[in-house]
Amino acid sequence: MTKLIDIKGVTHAYKTASGPLPVLRDLNIAVPEGAFTAVVGPSGCGKSTLTRLIAGLMHPDRGEVWLDGERVKSPRRTVGMAFQNPVLLEWRTILQNVILPLEIVAPTMPKARRIARAEELLALVGLSGFEDKRPSELSGGMRQRASLCRAIVHRPDVLILDEPFGALDAFTREDLWQTMHALRAEEPFTSLLITHDLRESVFLADEVVVLSGRPATTQYVLDVDLPGPRELEVLYTPKAVDYLATLRRQIQIAQGRAPASQGAA
Amino acid sequence: MRRNLGRIAVPLIAVALFLAFWEWIVWVNGWPNYKMASPSDIVPAFWKFRGLFFEYGWQTLWRTVVGLLLAVVVGTFLGMIMGFSRLMRDALYPLLVGFNAIPKATVVPILALMFVGQHNLNTILIAFMISFFPIAVSVSIGLSTLEPEYRDILRSLGASQFTVFRKIALPKTLPEFFGALKVAVTLAFIGTNLMEIVSPHGRGLGALFDSGKISADYPLMFAVLLALAFLGIVLYYIVVVLEKIFAGWAERAPG
Repeated sequence: MTKLIDIKGVTHAYKTASGPLPVLRDLNIAVPEGAFTAVVGPSGCGKSTLTRLIAGLMHPDRGEVWLDGERVKSPRRTVGMAFQNPVLLEWRTILQNVILPLEIVAPTMPKARRIARAEELLALVGLSGFEDKRPSELSGGMRQRASLCRAIVHRPDVLILDEPFGALDAFTREDLWQTMHALRAEEPFTSLLITHDLRESVFLADEVVVLSGRPATTQYVLDVDLPGPRELEVLYTPKAVDYLATLRRQIQIAQGRAPASQGAA
Repeated sequence: MRRNLGRIAVPLIAVALFLAFWEWIVWVNGWPNYKMASPSDIVPAFWKFRGLFFEYGWQTLWRTVVGLLLAVVVGTFLGMIMGFSRLMRDALYPLLVGFNAIPKATVVPILALMFVGQHNLNTILIAFMISFFPIAVSVSIGLSTLEPEYRDILRSLGASQFTVFRKIALPKTLPEFFGALKVAVTLAFIGTNLMEIVSPHGRGLGALFDSGKISADYPLMFAVLLALAFLGIVLYYIVVVLEKIFAGWAERAPG
């Protein structure tokens, strides 16, 4: 399979008043076409920087970001993004919010087709009947569903998810994980998910990349060998529990507090 | 239906109560009309000068509106510059604050000398100068506090800065803009009247007030104040209607 997202030796630092603050160091991540990769790591290790680099909103100091065989130099229309904050436009209805990317990417697309496309996605995430509501009339989970629809309405090759489920309560979050699997079954996209939630990473991803503390580099890569589409019960299988334990240990190492020797327990 | 009726009736009853209280307090203290005219003194004054009230009221109104429109255009423009550019914000803020701190009453004679006899222009300029500041500040704050994610959802698709402004920044700033416009409306009236009262041979309600003062017609002076309040209310509610049309989404259902 071709590498749809290919991050090659990316090093990046922020300019601050007290000199440059390195956030990424020689980072390599490759995501094959159609795959779902999760990136986990300690807080403030530069995960969000990574999303902005892939989207072409920022340029790395060193190294290269390639999408679908082309080097990223500026924003590309084949990318969809969703953030922790659903950032829906309050003056638009849910339907109009979902249509927004089409107005930029496909300005000539007939209105009826735009609406049909948005309605199809809203139905897929269980928001039928809420098309004409304003974002302020919806719950946090519903807003995030609409935000996911907006991220994929223009059929992007690459979906960048920057902790989109992070601010939701636990049950709503699990609902949205399943929605994510439903979307993957219907829509072909390659995803990179930034998250703090190890269960989320194991449940959703084919591969989990653990980043080290700042400046972040690839510390560990976990292949998640669980059949899809997954049900929540899969998280309680021995295999998944084992994955979670491995990731937990890796995070502690990344945080600089490696657990005491294995035998001590 | 009943709710709409209430929304009209409540303010009207409040105004009626206020006028009744006014009448009562003048009557109970036995104040002569040069100390405090009562509503019953003012009604004949309105009737006596009704032609002038319409003519001058119109002059005051259109000058104020033109000054206000100028303030909207310039204020929005300045707000945009300051909202998008940190450099321009740092450069322009002290100048604007300094300019705004100057009492506009002191600018009146300067303008009157600068554009001698151009009474309309002078008046509009004062109305403009006194009212553009809140608009510029609110637009700049609205734009500069736009969360980066809002920009990113369109920028990541390759949208231009202008598209981001038109589709996101501009509508998102509208509630702040209308908030400032409500302040600006009343300020613009103050500006118009400053010029109308001070400048000789003036026109407009300010000049009518001045002639009331000269001829010691105290009920007339109070009548002018009431007329100004009335125009202010009318213009304010026009802004409220515009706000409902263009930024009604910002209003949450109560409770």
